[in-house]
Amino acid sequence: MLVIKDLHAKIEDKEILRGINLEVKPGEVHAIMGPNGSGKSTLSSVLAGNEKFEVCEGSASFHGKDLLDLSPEDRAREGLFLSFQYPVEIPGVSMVNFMRTAVNEHRKYQEKDPFSASEFLKLMREKKKLVEIDSNLTNRSVNEGFSGGEKKKNEIFQMAMLEPKLAILDETDSGLDIDALRVVANGVNKLKSPENATILITHYQRLLDYIVPDYVHVLYKGRIVKSAGKELAHELEEKGYDWIKKEFED
Amino acid sequence: MAEDQDKILEEVTGGEYKYGFYTDIETEFIPKGLSEDVVRIISAKKNEPEWMLEFRLKAFRHWLKMKAPNWAHLNIPEIDFQDIIYYAAPKKKPELESMDEVDPELRATFDKLGIPLDEQKMLSGVAVDAVIDSVSVKTTFKETLAEKGIIFCSISEAIQEFPDLVKKYLGSVVPHGDNFFAALNAAVFSDGSFVYIPKGVRCPMELSTYFRINAMNTGQFERTLIVADDDSYVSYLEGCTAPQRDENQLHAAIVEIITMERAEVKYSTVQNWYPGDKEGKGGIYNFVTKRALCKGDYSKVMWTQVETGSAITWKYPSCILQGDHSIGEFYSVAVTNNYQQADTGTKMIHLGKNTRSLIVSKGVSAGRSHNSYRGLVKVSKKAENARNFSQCDSLLLGDQCGAHTFPYLEIVNNTAKVEHEATTSKIGEDQIFYCNQRGMSTEDAVGLIVNGYVKEVINQLPMEFAVEAQKLLQISLEGSVG
Ligand SMILES: Nc1ncnc2c1ncn2[C@@H]1O[C@H](COP(=O)(O)OP(=O)(O)OP(=O)(O)O)[C@@H](O)[C@H]1O
Ligand SMILES: [Mg+2]
Repeated sequence: MLVIKDLHAKIEDKEILRGINLEVKPGEVHAIMGPNGSGKSTLSSVLAGNEKFEVCEGSASFHGKDLLDLSPEDRAREGLFLSFQYPVEIPGVSMVNFMRTAVNEHRKYQEKDPFSASEFLKLMREKKKLVEIDSNLTNRSVNEGFSGGEKKKNEIFQMAMLEPKLAILDETDSGLDIDALRVVANGVNKLKSPENATILITHYQRLLDYIVPDYVHVLYKGRIVKSAGKELAHELEEKGYDWIKKEFED
Repeated sequence: MAEDQDKILEEVTGGEYKYGFYTDIETEFIPKGLSEDVVRIISAKKNEPEWMLEFRLKAFRHWLKMKAPNWAHLNIPEIDFQDIIYYAAPKKKPELESMDEVDPELRATFDKLGIPLDEQKMLSGVAVDAVIDSVSVKTTFKETLAEKGIIFCSISEAIQEFPDLVKKYLGSVVPHGDNFFAALNAAVFSDGSFVYIPKGVRCPMELSTYFRINAMNTGQFERTLIVADDDSYVSYLEGCTAPQRDENQLHAAIVEIITMERAEVKYSTVQNWYPGDKEGKGGIYNFVTKRALCKGDYSKVMWTQVETGSAITWKYPSCILQGDHSIGEFYSVAVTNNYQQADTGTKMIHLGKNTRSLIVSKGVSAGRSHNSYRGLVKVSKKAENARNFSQCDSLLLGDQCGAHTFPYLEIVNNTAKVEHEATTSKIGEDQIFYCNQRGMSTEDAVGLIVNGYVKEVINQLPMEFAVEAQKLLQISLEGSVG
């Protein structure tokens, strides 16, 4: 579904991604780990189409379409979802309004009629239950004054509403308490299907106990320097990144 | 990075004026220019009584002695008052019985604007008094209103039918000597609306007037007078759109409101006159004097305005809080784009005891426009325990526009409590990207954020008007992207 080949990207003449290769197939879960500043969030931003970053080389295709050629909103409508590491606050815009616009834009792209208010509210109730999100949060402005954990839960709620084909979760587990982590992981698992895929960006093995990855990749200095099965995450938890860095520098 | 954002915003805010069309209705002009003769002709054309002509002439003679003001923060090109036509009336001016009799061209114009001057709207409970080129064309629902003793008609008609009321109140809140444009209006006003709500009557429907400037070189000088007697209530709507025009057009209206004991008037405006093109050429000059006198104790006036149009807007709907415990409220959204200039705000004059005022002003600036809030809160010596709260927010789209806030305070009573809060914010590119990532286009994202930002004001508008206002915001900021 997603094929990334030799992807290079820079910001203000600083090259951050330096040749990423990755293939994600339907039904798979990939975990991306790596030290701070290695380029994990940059990779997710570039895939989502953030124009802050300039792609200077390489390609990315999504369901056979040239992903890099699509506008950010069309990438989203094609089914790419990014759970932000730092979700943005939008004062004054209610969650309900925000989500309704988002959902109906997706439906328009799929040439479906927009949801009526009652249909939409029904969907929202269902999904709220699924991800066990507090009712109050959806009555407030988008992320405004949400706690760190609440913001992350809200990302998963939005994912549930939009039913993406590929979800990239950028450190969604950071800042969650133990119960919330379980809730979020459950939510992600419930939304999993043989047709869709997930990329988990995380620093902690614990999330991977709940959402078991098919592959674990290590991103370091803008490249994927190691890929293996879920056991790699345990190894990293034990030994840290030094041995990989060493291996890479050699 | 910043350049990128500018580009996006420029695209998003580069919307062309959607209502730029021109209806070809035969118009009857009197020659250009202003003189005592012209004032006499206007008065004669309208068959006015002697006292009305005197009212006009007095104002005209005063105006001759006045100088066009030189206001701060507005860059106003010199206006040639001799190059303006002071009276134009649609030639076809029959007495209309039903919608079928309205000029089809005119109806098409209203349709294009999405103004439902049709049975549907009437069924939904709005009486519409449409003003096209200075003369009322159609007044509806008069009978229903008449049953309750409510008067809702054109000011010309009121001068003929209810001379005592008009004589008593016209110019009582905005005297002709008030300012240059007020004097001009008093001398040459063409038409407008008159509303009288008798004692104890709650007007059962929103009263609505659509103004539309429609003839070449015709300055419009509406005159509106609303009198709410003891314990009465009325909600009045004024909406404006104008066709695209190359030459600047002057608009100098006066609105006067008087509320007696415990009476309440809600006055809502959505203004969308032609703002000029992207280079700042053309557009309407909008110099309006709107003032309410809360004469009776416990009376209340609420001004709500959504200003998206005009090349230059100069407007300060004000409340004179004379009655004890009277309340004045002002809710405003002013949007400027391209080269538009807006200088708007309010004056709250506290004269009575325990008077209260509330000001909520939301400015949205885009392009190279300038948006100023100018507000005066005055508490006089006798106004014991006066309260005011002002909230003035500015939202900037891009970094070539300007927002300015000028709060003036004149307080001579130390029991007064006056609070002022102001914020300035910008739409961040990270906010827009977040919306993009959820499948929204940049223009929808800007629309969503702006509408969220002005919600507090829009919520004060009557339902149907709120929808219209949101559409206008979308149009004036979004345009043809995507
Ligand atoms: N706007 C920017 N301007 C300059 N440098 C940037 C910008 N955004 C990211 N970078 C740099 O790019 C590098 C990669 O950042 P990125 O956020 O992708 O790291 P990460 O792997 O997600 O780290 P973490 O684990 O801390 O979230 C960092 O060195 C960062 O400082
Ligand atoms: Mg990161």
